[in-house]
Amino acid sequence: MRFNFFAIGLGFIFQTAFLSVRGHELGRCPLTNLFEVFIFLAWSVAAIYMLVGPGYRLSLMGAFTAPLVVVLQVFALIAPIDIRHPATLPANPWLEFHASISLVAYGAFALACIAGVMYLVQERQLKTHQLHSIFYHLPPLTDLFAAITRLLWWGFALYTLGIVSGFFTGHPLPRVQVVAAIGLWLLYAAILQGRHLRWLAPKRVAALCILGFSAALTLLWGITFTAQIHSLP
Amino acid sequence: MNLFCVGLSHHTANVAKLERFADSASAESIVREAGCTEALLLTTCNRVEVYAVSQRRISTGEIARCLMRKIDTDPHDYAPPFYRYEAEKCVLHLFRVASALDSMVVGESEILGQAKRAYESARKSGAVGPCLHRLFQRAFRVAKQVRTHTDIARGAVSVGSVAVDLAQRIFGKLSDCRVLVLGAGETSERTARALISRGARDLRVSNRSMDRARELAHAVGGRAVPFDDWPAHCREIDILITSTSSETPLLTRDKLAPMLRERMDRSLFIIDIAVPRDVDPTVNEMQGVYLYDIDSIRSVAEQSLALRREQVAAAEAIIAEHVTDFVDLVSRGLNPASQTAKPPSLGENSLRASEL
Repeated sequence: MRFNFFAIGLGFIFQTAFLSVRGHELGRCPLTNLFEVFIFLAWSVAAIYMLVGPGYRLSLMGAFTAPLVVVLQVFALIAPIDIRHPATLPANPWLEFHASISLVAYGAFALACIAGVMYLVQERQLKTHQLHSIFYHLPPLTDLFAAITRLLWWGFALYTLGIVSGFFTGHPLPRVQVVAAIGLWLLYAAILQGRHLRWLAPKRVAALCILGFSAALTLLWGITFTAQIHSLP
Repeated sequence: MNLFCVGLSHHTANVAKLERFADSASAESIVREAGCTEALLLTTCNRVEVYAVSQRRISTGEIARCLMRKIDTDPHDYAPPFYRYEAEKCVLHLFRVASALDSMVVGESEILGQAKRAYESARKSGAVGPCLHRLFQRAFRVAKQVRTHTDIARGAVSVGSVAVDLAQRIFGKLSDCRVLVLGAGETSERTARALISRGARDLRVSNRSMDRARELAHAVGGRAVPFDDWPAHCREIDILITSTSSETPLLTRDKLAPMLRERMDRSLFIIDIAVPRDVDPTVNEMQGVYLYDIDSIRSVAEQSLALRREQVAAAEAIIAEHVTDFVDLVSRGLNPASQTAKPPSLGENSLRASEL
């Protein structure tokens, strides 16, 4: 487990170094194409894991987090998405803040999704009385659910900041993107409200975390892809 | 010089045979009577073993006679099947015993403590010399490594320990859990004690006989509640252990549904050890309820044992590595334990390849 944490930590240092070099090269936050967005997202997931994992003694989360980071990075490296912009994009602090804070929020949602998967795996084993080896390594349901709730609140708060800052960028935002982003915000708000009022059972919240992050990834891909298409000559 | 082990265990003898050797000898008496240089007697409920070092070869019969000394019957009429391991095989056997690979319940934790007590007792009586000292220190190290690096001790194999394991996987810390024991039977008492030993503090006991409820509550440090009040307590508790002699289920979906609404989204773990069952099995389908009856607990215990058996190969690999290393160090005349423990009285030069 300790190895897990250090391995992710080492990867995180390299990711930070890469983003730093790229940022210096571009003269702005490296979020100009889908490739950079995926690397930044993987970096956010690793960063949030390193903040949350040891804090909640959810060390096994690393075993679930690492594959997600690998998938995001491998996709970024293999897919032909590292398309350079023909002209240097001007620096826009609000736009950069909006994009980066939203991606960190996505990192929190990704971790909530991972904790949701762990919760459902553990819950299923307890319900069916079929206990596999992983049962003894997964954290207790109560701890997992506490982590899900906190990650959702963190993600929601950061995402709210991201959405609000989007209105200060000075760029006209496509209506579809705005509607989809607000739709996602409403989905997470509904999950948190349902949780707060105890309308949603923990199992449902865990399942909705997976649904929410899938929707978030789709939205992210849509936003970045359309932005890239529009920027091409 | 010879290092050997003579003994009998659950593999070769039944309890009736084993119990005749319990407390019948001591390490010191074996050293004195059989003429060993060093000796250590390990006795548990399913094992009687002598580990010894001697200058001359001592036969299995001689050791057996020492063990049978206090038995009134004629030793010739009563000859249980003793096994004997020498040199490297003796080292291997001890490492397997200490690591609980040779136990009736593979991976059980008691054997290591029993081996440590046997070593301590023999050491105090002066029956342990440098050879057995090093051998047993290494055996304790191997056992710890096996437990840490494999899943051999994972999972629970008794009703009480299964209940504790499952409760911890649901609630984490048990100190905040409230437990209701419904029906004051022997198994529910053991299960309640197991939960208390892991931190559960709020324990309530309900039984048709209030006197028996008070008795059990007093014994386990809980409080007795009238039997008619148990449904009200279900709204507050996290763990329910039930073992009444009711012919019909006491808890059904219809009865539990309103209780769950008041419990908000807290999980409820039910251990139904009654036969016939006290809780309708369909209750397990309800959100946040985890119902385990005696069959499912038995099935969990069997799964744990199967999981432990899967780990045997990994444990054997660790042990084999240590056996080779130990034999190698001894054959080179090095002291593998010199850095961690001070060997007792006998001289260093007695350890050579010839011992093994």
